[in-house]
Amino acid sequence: MLSLALPGTSWAHRLPAGVKFGALALAMAVLVAFDDPWPLAAAALIAVGLHATLGPRGLRAGAVAMRPIAWIIGLIVVWQLVTGTPREALVLALRIFSMVGLATFVTLTTPLPDLIALVERLAAPLARFGLSPRLPALAVAMVLRFIPVLRGRMEMLALAWRARSRKRPGPRLIVPMVLSLLDDSDHLAEALRARGGLTPPVRRN
Amino acid sequence: MERNFTLVILFAALICALGFVPPVTLVSGVPISAQSLGVMLAGAVLGASRGALAVVVVIGLVALGLPVLAGGRGGLGVFAGPTVGFLLGWIPAAWVTGAVVSRLNTRYVGIAAGIASVIGGIGVLYLCGTIGMMIVLKKTFAEALLLSLPFIPGDLIKAVVAGWITTMIARYRPGALLSRAG
Repeated sequence: MLSLALPGTSWAHRLPAGVKFGALALAMAVLVAFDDPWPLAAAALIAVGLHATLGPRGLRAGAVAMRPIAWIIGLIVVWQLVTGTPREALVLALRIFSMVGLATFVTLTTPLPDLIALVERLAAPLARFGLSPRLPALAVAMVLRFIPVLRGRMEMLALAWRARSRKRPGPRLIVPMVLSLLDDSDHLAEALRARGGLTPPVRRN
Repeated sequence: MERNFTLVILFAALICALGFVPPVTLVSGVPISAQSLGVMLAGAVLGASRGALAVVVVIGLVALGLPVLAGGRGGLGVFAGPTVGFLLGWIPAAWVTGAVVSRLNTRYVGIAAGIASVIGGIGVLYLCGTIGMMIVLKKTFAEALLLSLPFIPGDLIKAVVAGWITTMIARYRPGALLSRAG
């Protein structure tokens, strides 16, 4: 399970994660407000240009990330051409392209550890409610650990099914998946409690 | 506390793992992924707040740039795209599914789970998804809804499956069905 971020140390990788997220939020708010094709075209060019500063692999990774929404943009443009004006279709396509492009750039240039550090910083107020600010980071780490475990188990169940039946399993294998997962949950909870639990120790003076 | 945490974590991982199940293609040619089935199950099995939290964790992973959505999608770009409402809508969808299961006192919990999945996993989800499309695409409600209608038959199948799976869980691990634990 790998992050979508590109490995590297480009200028954009070196910017603090908080700055990139702040700039992105600002850009989104501004782009939504524009209904004119020219500034939106400029924003789309900037999005492409930013990827280009990462070299050919930046452009390639950006194109891969844009592919799933390309057909949606195509569909919308056709729809808009039928029901509206070409200008509206252009504005729409440019806005979606530039917004998704800018967001993808932030994802590509922010390594996972930086992001988790940002999440921990943002979660600091949790301490007021008696929760550990490390909870979100622990959650991320544990989910990432268990996705491959569950995928492996799903494959095992499918193999066991195929060894015994010629029919396709369909969704019925989700039942043993969920049952085993409920049992895992009890074991994991015990393991966490044995390691001191999730609530920070109460400080007594 | 610890048990709630691990249940939320494991259901979040299940929703992600279901994204790797190859999509089934309906007669109409519309692909259906198993991922939103996981969202329905999270609500129906864990109950409203834990189910919604499991979805929040998944959405958090998407925002962190991990390719956990069906088809290996992820990253902040998803939040800027036209389908953002269908992603964020998972939170109220799981919550409403869980809330309906715990309030609907049918004799068979599976029937309640099926009905709850239709209300939460389809009704609430499409409402949020359509509003998201209205905002990103600047369309009217009816136009935006029309674009998502082809996916509803697949989601109806998923609601039936969610009800059936919940029945099985109630049979083999009655204590684990937290949505009905009161």
